[in-house]
Amino acid sequence: MFVKGLKCRECGKVYPRDLVYVCGDCFGPLEIDYDYDAIRRVLTRRAVASRPPTMWRYAELLPLDGPPAVGVRVGCTPLLPAPRLARAWGCREIWIKNDAVQYPTLSFKDRVVAVAISKALEFGMETVGCASTGNLANSVAALAAQAGLEAYVLIPADLEQGKVINSLVYGAHVVGVEGQYDDVNRLCAEIADRFGWGIVNVNLRPFYAEGSKSMGYEIFEDLGWRTPRNVVCPMAGGSLICKLRKAEQECRALGLLESDAPPVKYFGAQAAGCNPIVEMVKQRRDFVRPQRARTIAKSLAIGNPADGYYAYKTMTESGGGADDVTDEEVVAAMRELAESEGIFTETAGGVTVGVARKLVAAGRIPRDESLALCITGNGLKTQEALSGVLRVERVIRPNLGEFERLVGERPADRRLQIAAR
Amino acid sequence: MAINVRIPTALRALTGEAAVVPAEGKTVGEVIRHLGARFAGIGPRICDETGKVRRFVNLYLNDEDVRFLKNLDTPVKEGDEISIVPAIAGGGGLVARQ
Repeated sequence: MFVKGLKCRECGKVYPRDLVYVCGDCFGPLEIDYDYDAIRRVLTRRAVASRPPTMWRYAELLPLDGPPAVGVRVGCTPLLPAPRLARAWGCREIWIKNDAVQYPTLSFKDRVVAVAISKALEFGMETVGCASTGNLANSVAALAAQAGLEAYVLIPADLEQGKVINSLVYGAHVVGVEGQYDDVNRLCAEIADRFGWGIVNVNLRPFYAEGSKSMGYEIFEDLGWRTPRNVVCPMAGGSLICKLRKAEQECRALGLLESDAPPVKYFGAQAAGCNPIVEMVKQRRDFVRPQRARTIAKSLAIGNPADGYYAYKTMTESGGGADDVTDEEVVAAMRELAESEGIFTETAGGVTVGVARKLVAAGRIPRDESLALCITGNGLKTQEALSGVLRVERVIRPNLGEFERLVGERPADRRLQIAAR
Repeated sequence: MAINVRIPTALRALTGEAAVVPAEGKTVGEVIRHLGARFAGIGPRICDETGKVRRFVNLYLNDEDVRFLKNLDTPVKEGDEISIVPAIAGGGGLVARQ
């Protein structure tokens, strides 16, 4: 038990450990306040290394009172070298943190939901829910099923079919809402107020958001407690990029990181059709101008990001930056990652890869510095983005001659070689 | 000149549960200061010690966020309406009580 309470991110006012999420004085968001002195005594590299490969190997830095009730196997996704992508871009070292294969619902949202629903059970809640662009809904539906809780997931009515089916199958109440994510989110804030349910990204948000830090801890641990010099991650509400930096700061303060590990520069990626946080960085403006989203990267289509200001600070203070890509560039980047590294990511991953490519080409990320890309979701969920672009070349009859014509040349006759062996 | 100010649920305990209250001023800032003078405790919830609007409080003049106008210096005229909207996880909702 290493949580002292909650603390306002704006005015610093402290609150006891309870179901609170907004400061009563200044309306600022609350954040978990840990007892880092106590954590430092127990959370050593050796202790971490002795534990199973899940996000709970960093349990002291996650805000549960006891062991997790659901999502016990979440975390420790692969950190993969990407040599072919690095060669294509002329980079020395690229790493892919691959949460496209996160367990159980194939996106990084399993990290935050594992914390939020375990916390909801600690609070004695019987119903949970969320406002979601899809991945979060999938994860809430699945982990609520594991917990035996009732789930209401609210989504914009026009989401990809894959994301809708992937929520329905778990028996969750899936509520399509007319409008954009921001409309759904506002409704969920009112639902949390009226029904007293655990809406994971509203009233459980201080707890929920902490789960994202595990992605950072894993990257650093897998690099031998060193840091990549640059990180590119996608931005929707803007929370993940903040939590990655918080993970770095915690690991440094706790003495887990090598002392000469360089500070990470954080770069945020958005789609050009919904880029409110990128706009802030480019215009050096520390408040959000809300947008109406128009992009195929629906999982990032949040026009009024809750953590926009903090994401802005994370990027500017760390010496990073932000950029956006068009929908065509998103599709091209999804294909590039798949063709070069064998990883099929969703549109949000295309945004991340496309923006990283752009930042490298522009010299904003130097080619001789290490780079890690956070791939947060799986391409199987957003196949619509590619179905018009990719198709089977030709259908043939089961006839070798036809196949040879398809290949375009007659290969050397190999039958004799095989027979001679 | 009297301007109507819409009060969010979270602040209505300070206005005797009134959802809309009239206040005087020629700019948004003057109206907010007048509101603070009439209802004890409301001023510091909207503005910080330096007089700036708190980051997670949105002020709208009619339907426009005053950050995109002239902030507290935005002039107001008869018939305008100011809304105070806390940005609570993107919407309205519970506020922590002490």
